[in-house]
Amino acid sequence: MSSSSKCEIPLTVNGEKYSVIARQADTLLFVLRNHLGLTGAKPGCLNGDCGACTVLMDKTPIKSCMILAIEAIGKSVTTIEGLRDAPIQRAFVEHFAFQCGYCTPGFIMNAHALVESTPNASEPIIEKWLESNVCRCTSYFEIEQAVKSVLAEKQASKD
Amino acid sequence: MIGKSVIRKEAWDKVTGRAKYTHDKLQQGMLHAHLVTSPYAHALIHEIHFEKALSVPGVRAVVTGKGLPLTGEDLRDRPPIAFDKVRYHGEVVAIVVADTPIQAEKGANLVQIVYEPLPTVGSPRAALQADAPLIHENLGSYEKNDHTYPEPNTNIAHRTKIRKGNMEKGWSESEVVIETSVAFSPSDHLAMETRCATAEIFPDGRIEITASTQSPFMIKKLISTYFGEDVGKVVVHTPLVGGGYGGKAPVQLELLAYLASKAVRGRKVSVWNTREQDMITSPVHIGMEATVKLGCTKDGMIKAAEILFLFDGGAYSDKAIDVTRAAAVDCTGPYRIENVWCDSLCIYTNHPYASPFRSFGHCEQAFAIERAMDILAEKLGMDKLELRLKNAILPGHTTPTRVLLNRSNVGNLPACIKRLRELIQWDQWQRIELNARTVRAKGVSCSWKTSTIDTEASSGAIVTFNPDGSVNLMSGVVEIGTGSKTVLAQILAGKLKMDIDDIHVKMDIDTQSTPEHWKTVASRGTFMGGRAVLNAAEDAIRQLKAIAACVLRSPIEDLEVGYGKVFVRDDPAIFIPIKDIAYGYKYPNGNAIGGQIIGRGNYTLRHLTPLDKETGAGKPGPEWTVCAHAVEIEFDKRDCTYQILKAVSVVDVGEVLNWKAAIGQIIGAMSMGLSFASRETFLFDRYERVLNPQIRTYQPIRFGEHPEYIADFIKTPQIDAPYGARGAGEHGLIGIPAALANALSIAAGVPLNKLPLFPEQIWRAQKGK
Repeated sequence: MSSSSKCEIPLTVNGEKYSVIARQADTLLFVLRNHLGLTGAKPGCLNGDCGACTVLMDKTPIKSCMILAIEAIGKSVTTIEGLRDAPIQRAFVEHFAFQCGYCTPGFIMNAHALVESTPNASEPIIEKWLESNVCRCTSYFEIEQAVKSVLAEKQASKD
Repeated sequence: MIGKSVIRKEAWDKVTGRAKYTHDKLQQGMLHAHLVTSPYAHALIHEIHFEKALSVPGVRAVVTGKGLPLTGEDLRDRPPIAFDKVRYHGEVVAIVVADTPIQAEKGANLVQIVYEPLPTVGSPRAALQADAPLIHENLGSYEKNDHTYPEPNTNIAHRTKIRKGNMEKGWSESEVVIETSVAFSPSDHLAMETRCATAEIFPDGRIEITASTQSPFMIKKLISTYFGEDVGKVVVHTPLVGGGYGGKAPVQLELLAYLASKAVRGRKVSVWNTREQDMITSPVHIGMEATVKLGCTKDGMIKAAEILFLFDGGAYSDKAIDVTRAAAVDCTGPYRIENVWCDSLCIYTNHPYASPFRSFGHCEQAFAIERAMDILAEKLGMDKLELRLKNAILPGHTTPTRVLLNRSNVGNLPACIKRLRELIQWDQWQRIELNARTVRAKGVSCSWKTSTIDTEASSGAIVTFNPDGSVNLMSGVVEIGTGSKTVLAQILAGKLKMDIDDIHVKMDIDTQSTPEHWKTVASRGTFMGGRAVLNAAEDAIRQLKAIAACVLRSPIEDLEVGYGKVFVRDDPAIFIPIKDIAYGYKYPNGNAIGGQIIGRGNYTLRHLTPLDKETGAGKPGPEWTVCAHAVEIEFDKRDCTYQILKAVSVVDVGEVLNWKAAIGQIIGAMSMGLSFASRETFLFDRYERVLNPQIRTYQPIRFGEHPEYIADFIKTPQIDAPYGARGAGEHGLIGIPAALANALSIAAGVPLNKLPLFPEQIWRAQKGK
């Protein structure tokens, strides 16, 4: 079977079940955008370099341009459209952590996974996580402030 | 309202993935284009074979450059699709249109082109050599506008001359003279959204274009100019734009989308750049080589400046001509110099062609001047900030193009320098050795900028009312990320004394229904768009008062508008709510007067003139924003690596309209300046092919590599501007590359005059290699 032959791909995205007819060679990013209309994940480089297409697969951030849709079968995919009032979204708004907004969905998904999985993240860990995404408008300082504010809230609610 | 950190209107759309950009608007039946680009930087095209491409299932058309008109904003030197010759690596040679992007790419891979490579030109200085290959043999026959001066039979697309004062006198008064040269190659804007456009042509001749652009109204105009289409039939839509930085000011893919649609009988076609194409096929950040000679008295008063800017405009001149002119306008930096000679050349090379880059020729100009200022200070044995302060431009002085400055049209540079001095604790230390390996140093710079847009460029705004008294705001300023639309809403809310939440901003541009704003460039959105909004608000207020005067039986002059009401000024208890007259007024018996309130306003900068061909004299812009910058670094002497610890900019913005947004503009621009100066460049091979058109090899600053940022403001109002606010979108960037190079030169003990400042570059400078 060639990579261009189409098949039925069952996907779970944002808690909803979908069945998509797509090529086996189609990336998850392409299927999310072109089949499901979920255009929050952005095609910034299609090479895994910029992070604008970041989504969560079973709570782990992945670059959806670097993975095939068929690899997401049986996993739970969360895109920016699936976040509902996540603290990181408000923090990005309040800290002016974006301008043009194009890298924002990827940054937010990555940062969301960080604060959820590692609420006590140290500075080097924050850096390690977020260096995978590129932003050209902000100075990154605003994004750092947004992420740290959510971590601080998490800390405070724990204490 | 003014100064408040109002959350941008489209904020929640952007954090929920609901914000739509051009390429997010997929449509059933839309065709997709793939660009076939040149693997050579300079070559003749002998044959193009596309029969195989057409045989790919789903491929609907292949478009080549045969018979197309030349394009270019100042000088028409560029075929939209190369035909007889390619002049840069990545140049478009054909467009393949197919049902899906994958089919289009398959088709593109099957287009066969027979090239004959030609010798290439790899730098401005090489382009000026007598035996340099000519990149445009027909330079003398190209159409051009009145203020562009190409030099036929050379590689010079345009030369701007500044001649002020008397150079002989200047040099005779100079007791200390320095000369220095700087250089950097072209680089990229790297907006996260790659450039893209769609076009569809309807049976009645209507051309609908959607584009990620800073210039929707210019697209409309240029498609009309280039292809003879009725200007009224071209409608351009621009949704949110994913970063511009000047890179989306030129018009390129829109022309290709139009041509592709034409080739498939008007069907909708999408042209979308891959990252690699976006970096080299579409216009780039200009490169430059420059020489600066400064002369001053023993006590540091600068008497003469001779400046030669050789800009690497790349293969086509397009907007590069304007960029090189802007650098000449402010060539001296923010200093009082009576005797100035400057030639700023826009030079053809076989590099990707240039477009504006945030600061429009100014971070380039400032890099040359501010390196020279440091070298001059060192020769004088003078404090580097002291030298800058001593020569700071002030009201009463004239600019290089002989504009007389006053307390409104120029900011307060001495105040910026004073504040910078405190913020970086300049007087405490400037260079310290932490240990045998590590040294810390501070570098400083000053900068200034005016705009250099067309003298007749205008901005328009419309405000309409809703039945609940809330207002819709339509302006032609594109939301490219700077938050301008929200700032305009703040200006309107301030004028109408309304709650900002009751102002609904139309985010998308539709050139048929949105009033024109020339281009969203030059940090002019707030000034021009703001004045237009204020005029539109005045117009609406007049209409509201006219209706209220009837209803309240009061003279118009006695009425005020605000807080959702029109009220009598000496007795506010007598009022009518705006909602009751927003659609006119209905009397109890059913009679009605007036109708929906529609305020309109426009604004054109006044008294601007083009530059004189021989002397450069002229008034290019309404005001100069001035800034002082500093960068603090820690340098490792053993391997020439360094860390950027702190970056500071003090900007005289006149007034801050939205505090957090303004800080974001300044430090965002500083980040871009640091990234450019420390690591961004295209790497060319000996055939002038770009080796690193990918983010993983081009390597911008990433999270965690950012230093501490400090932005602060001085407020000297520009009295014509809304609330006195000067332009600020670009200014945080201008002096930053120079400040970084100055800091590293001090740390490394060797003049560093080439960008980017890779550790290897510093090592080479130290070893004289």
